Amino acid sequence: MDPFTNSLTMDKPCPQSLLDTGVQGSISRPFDRVDGPKKVSGKATYAAEYDVPDLAYGFLVGSRIGAGRVVSIDADAVRSLPGVIDVVTDFDRFIRVAGQGGETEAPTQGVKTITSRGEIIAIVVAETYEAARDAALQLPVNYEREGGAFDFAAHRNEANAPPDGVTPAHASQGDIEKAMAEADVSIDVTYVTPSQNSAAMEPHASIAVWEQDGSLTLYGAYQMPTSDASQLADALGLPSEKVRIISRYIGGGFGSKLGIAPESVAAAIAAKQIGRPVKAVMARQQVFEATVRRSNTEQRLRLAATADGTLTAIGHESLVSNQPGEDFFEPVGIGTHMIYAAENRLITHEQVPLNFVLSGSMRAPGEAVGMVGLECAMDELAEQLGMDPIELRRINDTSIDPEKGVPFSSRCLTGALDEGARRFGWDRRQAPASRRDGEWWIGMGMASSVRGNMLMESSAKVEIHPDGSATVSSAMTDIGTGSYTILAQIASEILGIPVWQISLSLGDTNDPPAAGSGGSWGAGSSGSAVYLACETLREKLATAMGVETSALTLKDGQAIAANRSQPIGELVGEGIAAVGKIKPGKQEEETTQASFGAHFAEVAVNSVTGEVRVRRMLGVFAAGRVLNAKTARSQCLGGMTFGIGTALTEELVHDRRDGKLVNRDLAEYHIPVNADVPQLDVHFLRERDIHANPIHAKGIGELGISGAAPAIANAIYNACGIRVRDFPITLDKLLAKLPDPN
Amino acid sequence: MQFTINGRAFEADVDIRTSLLDLCREHLDLTGAKKGCDHGQCGACTMLINGRRVNSCLTLAVMHQEDEIITIEGVGDPQGLHPLQHAFVRHDAYQCGYCTPGQICSAIGMLDEIKKGWPSHVSADLSSPVFDDQEISERMSGNLCRCAAYTNVVDAIREVADSAANDRTADEKDKVMADEVMA
Ligand code: FES
Ligand code: FES
Repeated sequence: MDPFTNSLTMDKPCPQSLLDTGVQGSISRPFDRVDGPKKVSGKATYAAEYDVPDLAYGFLVGSRIGAGRVVSIDADAVRSLPGVIDVVTDFDRFIRVAGQGGETEAPTQGVKTITSRGEIIAIVVAETYEAARDAALQLPVNYEREGGAFDFAAHRNEANAPPDGVTPAHASQGDIEKAMAEADVSIDVTYVTPSQNSAAMEPHASIAVWEQDGSLTLYGAYQMPTSDASQLADALGLPSEKVRIISRYIGGGFGSKLGIAPESVAAAIAAKQIGRPVKAVMARQQVFEATVRRSNTEQRLRLAATADGTLTAIGHESLVSNQPGEDFFEPVGIGTHMIYAAENRLITHEQVPLNFVLSGSMRAPGEAVGMVGLECAMDELAEQLGMDPIELRRINDTSIDPEKGVPFSSRCLTGALDEGARRFGWDRRQAPASRRDGEWWIGMGMASSVRGNMLMESSAKVEIHPDGSATVSSAMTDIGTGSYTILAQIASEILGIPVWQISLSLGDTNDPPAAGSGGSWGAGSSGSAVYLACETLREKLATAMGVETSALTLKDGQAIAANRSQPIGELVGEGIAAVGKIKPGKQEEETTQASFGAHFAEVAVNSVTGEVRVRRMLGVFAAGRVLNAKTARSQCLGGMTFGIGTALTEELVHDRRDGKLVNRDLAEYHIPVNADVPQLDVHFLRERDIHANPIHAKGIGELGISGAAPAIANAIYNACGIRVRDFPITLDKLLAKLPDPN
Repeated sequence: MQFTINGRAFEADVDIRTSLLDLCREHLDLTGAKKGCDHGQCGACTMLINGRRVNSCLTLAVMHQEDEIITIEGVGDPQGLHPLQHAFVRHDAYQCGYCTPGQICSAIGMLDEIKKGWPSHVSADLSSPVFDDQEISERMSGNLCRCAAYTNVVDAIREVADSAANDRTADEKDKVMADEVMA
């Protein structure tokens, strides 16, 4: 039977939600993940783990020059090594860089031209992984070096405004120069953040299988299978419907798996050429060199205020970098547009062309680093004003978007600041460099948090079976975010079917298309699609019971109305199905939508060595309805920990001679380890957002990182009185300036 | 070559360059242990060899024909989870799950090390390490988790080892979380 369809475009607010009237008690509950038992027992299948018959192993070959071209590849030199099947390259179709999130066309193709060191130029295919690796490492390649820009400082004058992205490249309002000149108090400082890598624990991997009918099945590690299938099809010259992507479990993404990566195209072309399925898994070094990085930034912050702390101007001018010709830019000022009121504003981005790894999305593109500059500058301003930094933010909070003039759909910044201050014991904060614990300086810092909320076109199918169970299917993904669990909870709440009776199929492009996971839109978008499908099924159940929908109660597998109670499974005949489709609409223009929060950190700075330890951290967040208190909390813990890395350890270092990433592995690129992370506290404020979507939830996955790093930096200043504006704050930057311990 | 893995005998015809990790993942259909770096830098591949935790990407399969090897598949399955696996689920001590098999195998080995009284870098008393957050965090720092479930990993391990910190059993945490967000 054809499924029913229920579509909604968010043109109007949705004041009523079935999640508030449901009586199953599933929604928001801190359920254990439904996929948990599989994950803890090694039974969850990630991209590289599908048991495909007749599989050949591919090992990727990366360029050993930073810019120029490939003259020749001497495939014959390795073809005769034991176990080697072939050396495959396609100078036209191999992709030069990874795809950006949401694009439906192939990323830049053509690997005769080298635009960064590590660019994937060939794949060696062999009977075993060992043979492929050995041959790949021995493969002779002749290059011609040509040009290349490998030094940010040396090329910063070549910066240009990129085309507008998720935020305008340039935006201004009023007259910042005048406001700065007339200000009672002003700040003009420059903050620098380095390039970073998402470093998801699962390396990018693809198994390419060509089917009899000429279509391709690709088991991949992807956040957005629907648009990735289009990217891949375009790269291979196939119609989109000829590519199926399967990504059931993804070992983390954080933006790095939004678009296709070079191993997918290489595996597909190699598999075609040798007539066998090919598995290509990136080595960790290749993940660093040939996927995406978060751009480095140089941010000039100007803040002007009256003596009472009212901001009159905010300037946030950023330099970022990307490969020449690539449009994506790190949208550093995206949060600055909406977080504080101020009449005069200037927010700009200029791109420095560099032959580094492609810059693209990493958790909270924009806010993750932009809030570092802004929130540290706010701390500096508060000090100049002689004002508590929380009070400064409270004064400049606004219920109206300071640029667009429209109201916020919901905004709980001051609420988060106040609740956080109370829980954290902010009143115990002392003057800089005045609190000691043995040989450690102790300090507290805070910062605001904001992350824009997005709704993306998504669909999902929900079926109720005669046995009373249900199935949810969608090309949505679960990258560790908890999608499997929250989608089951939404369906459970509306249909009155226990969570354990709901099975899920995610991460397969054969299921209804969805926007996938990225930009914190996943839960709101796919959750709304599931909601809409369930809404229709609920109506059908009411009809089957012969009652008005409003008179129907669904609970524990029973449909209850008019003094009757019947098993839901008995009302669906052979089974019923509905597809829900959600689309963004006018609500996006009529309101500005974002999640808000506040971070608090207490750090210890060693008075002798300059070592920084985070002692405790608290994040208070308001992100609309929390769909699962446990997975939501984990998302925030993850974001806050990314913040610890940003503040203290994470930095990609490029060799200035050829752009080679010097620290392209997990021993040298320092993500936080267990011992770097204390017990972190997360608290959610109660909020509903009726403008965002029918489930009233906003994005949460990236909120936890926004503001986390500056809270730590501000705590370091409070601890030892040293303001470091060059991130990460490693001990060498503190050592020379540490105050006399006596 | 012949191997004993999870109490079962396996035979495989593999290259002498094959790591223990690749033996399991690519030849024996034991894909529970993960490859995150292949260089001993992340811990995703942790297995137990004769009861001790080892980065299986750093050791060649051919060297382990006499050994008792335990992978996550041998620790427990969804129908019969090991207490640590159960605690990881209850505490949400993971997100994407990719580092998780390694974390759990590592935790099993680590608990045994503490039981034997082996000190660590943070042990105040080298002759008898205590069972606290710091000690567990230190000893579990070879297992990277980019999803950053670290605090929950510590809580899960402490609950299994009967040393849960105040208010940090899974039930207690669940109650606080539920009260905060539920009507
Ligand atoms: S895969 Fe063995 S330590 Fe990373
Ligand atoms: S759960 Fe994702 S890396 Fe640990």
